[in-house]
Amino acid sequence: MTAQADRSIPPEAAAQSAPRRGHLKVFLGMAAGVGKTYFMLLEGHAEQEAGRDVVIGLLETHGREETALVAEGLPLLPRRRVRYRETALEEMDLPAILRRAPELCLIDELAHTNAPGTEHTKRYEDVEEVLAAGIDVLSTLNVQHLESLNDQITELSGVRVRETIPDAILGRADEVELIDVTPHALLDRLRAGKVYPPERVDAALNNFFRVENLSALREVALHQVAREVGAKRMTTELVGSRAESLAADAPQAVSERLLALVEPDPGAQRVVRRAWRSAQRLGAELDLLWVRRPGQQLSDDDQRSLLALTQLASVLGAKLLAEESDDLAGAIVEVAKRRGTTYILMGHPRPVRGLARLRVPLPQRLLQRLPGVDVRIVADRARRPEADES
Amino acid sequence: MNTATIVLAAAGGALLGIAAGYWLPPHGRLAARDRPRPVRRILLPFTGQEISRRAFEAAVRLAKAENATIMPAFLAQVPMSLPLESALPVQCARGMPLLEAIEQRVSSQGIPVESRVGRGRSARDALRRLIDQEHFDRIIVSADEDPRVGLSYEDLRWLLKRVPAEILILRPAPEDTRRISAGAVSGHF
Repeated sequence: MTAQADRSIPPEAAAQSAPRRGHLKVFLGMAAGVGKTYFMLLEGHAEQEAGRDVVIGLLETHGREETALVAEGLPLLPRRRVRYRETALEEMDLPAILRRAPELCLIDELAHTNAPGTEHTKRYEDVEEVLAAGIDVLSTLNVQHLESLNDQITELSGVRVRETIPDAILGRADEVELIDVTPHALLDRLRAGKVYPPERVDAALNNFFRVENLSALREVALHQVAREVGAKRMTTELVGSRAESLAADAPQAVSERLLALVEPDPGAQRVVRRAWRSAQRLGAELDLLWVRRPGQQLSDDDQRSLLALTQLASVLGAKLLAEESDDLAGAIVEVAKRRGTTYILMGHPRPVRGLARLRVPLPQRLLQRLPGVDVRIVADRARRPEADES
Repeated sequence: MNTATIVLAAAGGALLGIAAGYWLPPHGRLAARDRPRPVRRILLPFTGQEISRRAFEAAVRLAKAENATIMPAFLAQVPMSLPLESALPVQCARGMPLLEAIEQRVSSQGIPVESRVGRGRSARDALRRLIDQEHFDRIIVSADEDPRVGLSYEDLRWLLKRVPAEILILRPAPEDTRRISAGAVSGHF
């Protein structure tokens, strides 16, 4: 087709003739061995039985018999050989998939890094090309491969995963299905030799595959899927409405930002801890704000408390902001607006004396001046009589 | 007594009330500056999701006797593959509820409490950094046969040798099964 002919096609017609983008479904798991590939293959069979043209573009059985058995009956495209530094490596054959052009292609291990010399550095880029050709894709991913969770998982397991994918790739998936098993069930599978060969089982049990690791990873995976579901629900609700233009920002629309008011005082740590827990539950960012009076001198105790607060903020991943102002409420309002705060947490306001008792208390002033922002006063539970019972 | 005297007396009483309201701290409590000042600081470090109740009770007894502040400290360990300043949300999810539980229990007994978080490549490194930053008069630790639960014997030896504070090490005992865990947090955390 010539350039002249291209120009003669109206844009609407060009859009109609362009292949539709394929549908991407990702099977997400907390760790190796939960059954992501297995369930991907089962779904491939179901689609094949429904009359669709299904092929396996790439399969990693890791020597697992169960997985190899369930792959039987699905056409498997052979891998191609790529030479790199005198070594022959096997990689997915992207050109062969595009030539074969099935309706549905199963491509295992979305986060894989390709050998040099192939079309793309990363497998998810191959998948993007397959989707762009109008081919539906089923793929698999472990939660630790998500870029934003990489540090968190490294902290948890002590192992840094090198093969990561941008979170946006998962965000663009049309469906994400969590393959969930309990940590104990996964450990049973591991001990039975269904995940790794027998010689690797002991090492795995002593390192990565510990109940506490797996429980935390499971929590991360569940949170991740909940976030994806929430973001997609918002997008779906907005499309077609007057707020259609906001659809692209829908994931941000559900996000919260917390602001905890602190002072260099031992009690501030309690407020910060509670605020952090709330932020964790909401999947929100946390800021801490200390409004310092101009010229305020800090005692040695205050300085120690401030240092402790700084360390706590750092270890929790919160941002500590210090503002100098005579107008406490004004400074809080200004920071809350600047940071897009949706939630303010504070300790019990200090008891006031004399004529100051006639003033509107700080929480009410904040509620008046920050409509739409929740204000929460964190209780000191040590004052409750039952606090000593457990 | 005529009406004028009564009015004057009432006005004087009202003025006195306002003055008292201004100068006296509310609820009849002592002003912070008038409270007896704790003079000693007792560090109660922990690494896991629970601490020995004996260690906790020892800290409370000593704090009461010495008018001291208890400083529970969560020691977070940063893997070598992360920068030392990294946020540690996974460990904090375990440590913070326990810190909260200890703080609640200590302050409900009227003992001043100041929490701390130490961060290092190991529990010992985190403790060393904390001790380098602040002075503590006494450190209370319980020797645990399972080094994953707390400080190892090596760590305790290091503590005795290197740290310029009184060290109270509680030997393992059958009643060590009594522990304070994050589950002791009062209310929603």
